[in-house]
Amino acid sequence: MRSTKRAATAALLTVSALAVAGCAAGGGSGSGGDAASCEPAGEDVTLTFTSWIPGIEDAVAMWNEENPDIQVEVQTGPSGNAGTYQNFFNQLEAGNAPDLGQIEYDALPNFRVQDGLVDLGACEDVLAAEDQFLDWTWGQVTLGTEDEVYGIPQDQGPMALFYRSDLFEQNGIEVPTTWEEYREAAVKVREAGGYITNFSDSDINQFAGFVWQAGGQWFENDGDAWTVNLTGEESTTVADYWQDLIENDLVSTYPAWTDEWNNAYNSGEVWTWNSAVWGANSILSGAPDTSGNWSVALAPQWNAGDQKAGNWGGSSIAVFNGTEHLYEAAKFALWLNTSEEALTSLNETAQIYPATTAGLELPVLKEGVEFYGGQPIYDVFAEAATQVDPNFTWGPTMTQTYGDVSDGFKAAAQGNGTLLEALEEGQAATISTLEAQSIPVAE
Amino acid sequence: MTTTTTMTAVNPTASRRRRGGGQDAVGRGPREGVIPRTAAFIVMGVFTLYFLTPIWWLLIASTKDRGDLFSTNPLWFADFRFFENVGALVAYRDGVYLRWLLNSLLYAGVGAVVATLLASMCGYALAKYRFPGRETLFNVVLGGVLVPATALALPLFLLFSQVQLTNTFWAVFLPSIVSPFGVYLSRVFAEASVPDELLEASRLDGAGEVRTFFTVSIRLMFPALVTVFLFQFVSIWNNFFLPLIMLRSEELFPVTYGLYAWNSTINQFPELRTFVLVGSLLSIVPLIITFLLLQRYWRTGLGTGALK
Repeated sequence: MRSTKRAATAALLTVSALAVAGCAAGGGSGSGGDAASCEPAGEDVTLTFTSWIPGIEDAVAMWNEENPDIQVEVQTGPSGNAGTYQNFFNQLEAGNAPDLGQIEYDALPNFRVQDGLVDLGACEDVLAAEDQFLDWTWGQVTLGTEDEVYGIPQDQGPMALFYRSDLFEQNGIEVPTTWEEYREAAVKVREAGGYITNFSDSDINQFAGFVWQAGGQWFENDGDAWTVNLTGEESTTVADYWQDLIENDLVSTYPAWTDEWNNAYNSGEVWTWNSAVWGANSILSGAPDTSGNWSVALAPQWNAGDQKAGNWGGSSIAVFNGTEHLYEAAKFALWLNTSEEALTSLNETAQIYPATTAGLELPVLKEGVEFYGGQPIYDVFAEAATQVDPNFTWGPTMTQTYGDVSDGFKAAAQGNGTLLEALEEGQAATISTLEAQSIPVAE
Repeated sequence: MTTTTTMTAVNPTASRRRRGGGQDAVGRGPREGVIPRTAAFIVMGVFTLYFLTPIWWLLIASTKDRGDLFSTNPLWFADFRFFENVGALVAYRDGVYLRWLLNSLLYAGVGAVVATLLASMCGYALAKYRFPGRETLFNVVLGGVLVPATALALPLFLLFSQVQLTNTFWAVFLPSIVSPFGVYLSRVFAEASVPDELLEASRLDGAGEVRTFFTVSIRLMFPALVTVFLFQFVSIWNNFFLPLIMLRSEELFPVTYGLYAWNSTINQFPELRTFVLVGSLLSIVPLIITFLLLQRYWRTGLGTGALK
């Protein structure tokens, strides 16, 4: 009896010790939040910077050489959603977050809502740099505000149409310029024994890119509350369109990024891919036997003559709450994402496609690409980049939204339910998640 | 890998039971029909195949270049590129992979030795000394067995953050040297295999407690210690969540975490795929070697125990 009581006391002590530790840590991160002034430190500074991009060290090494007074240490880990974002949240909680971190556009609102980011708008240099970036990439980091800036755009993923020029030509099929033509082509491709594309039930980001192109808006934030609208008119149009292709067996439904999926492209079973600029590298390495047979065209349009593109991916460099060196951090982030030397290095080591207008004109992005029959494919993406709608906003709980919608999409791909139903469920789940986290939702 | 772990756990007792029931089995042997025997073999065969296929696939995949990986039979060889692949892996980013492998060996090897030593001392003390709170202490330790390491990772991170030990070697090493299950096993085994008479004899001969432990008891407990070591070695080697939460610097990563980090960016950087495959294959080699080497020890150990 006595020993039981003692055990209980010990357990209680341990728990309260943990709780105290947790509280203290929480307090620590809160007090660092007022770093609103953007002043040089006046002494040597070492910044920590977390990114999962292999080879980013090369660019950072250049910076370190040129700036002995502002040294940057690179830390790394798995890609954002695979663990690094969770680590950032843990570190913010413990009060030892790095000064800078890589954050994809769709995750920025989440960090903003959790009060994890410093507003870079306090730095004049940052505000002055706005002109250098494409409007829409800047829109991704201001999060719909006037002069608040929550990161420096790094890269982007304007979408276009990768297609097998050899197969289209051999079978006398025109390369589609509208989604209507795309469906007609899909029928012909199916008759020729192939699939026009693979509908990826796990890449909700790709689907969001389609909605983005169609002019849809999934989230809006008026400063007080969030509007969630996964099932608006444009989203419904896009969902119905793909639902029709799935139901008529005009697209394959392999799980994306798997061996079967690669093989479907490598063997010529699937003929096109509506993907982002970084997809060029995915095809090149996933379907090496098809070298020379691919081309890139602007994405099919909803209305003939439109000039609209979606976006899939892209990330920014943000500065975390708790940093003591806002000025230096902002200076480094600007250099990393605007200077020609850094952008060239990032493109060489990691195929980073810059978010600045000048970056799109890098000499290396003007060359023809052998895998694409010598076509200078980045010209197409540069054009697409200027056609992306600047107003698309991400919600603060995207991981959950992706998960819920993806569950429904998987079912729909197998014939259970529809894509639209999946979006409706995603909508309901998103609203309840926001409410559960006490994030105000507008009716 | 979890399956292997469970198997080691079961094995000592299983083989003892087999030994105990040995005569039984021999006596019953001839009466066993052909059909149950065949059925048993089929079941075993199917499971063996089930467990070996992924490893076979990994072996095959590591010998292919990226093109063949998708276009050729996944379970049979194409162009044999294994050594080129290994060469490329080792050369990638100044051999960071080898560094990870070395880290894993360090965390798992040294960590498991220290953990085994601590657990055996603790288990031995619990088994052989009477002191107030003994059972309470033992129950608390036993409770520790029930708490998964994953659940402790985040609290540990917050605690280590307070003392600024995150992203250091110690952040992964210190939690690894604690093994509640090892304590439990050591206690059970010390009770069974270290006779009190022997301890008394050695006390009469004038040996101190520490000396008795290191020269007499630890030898009697050796088979259990090997098992504890193996256990701890495997669980540290496979521990993934703790490094994921604690470590930021590439040069501190264990191999599991490094491979995971690469694997998570395959979408963006497809050239990493071959590295992940070959890297995974190479990373299980040390585990296999450890098992093969140590299996011999705990088998003979158990044998000696049974003869007494």
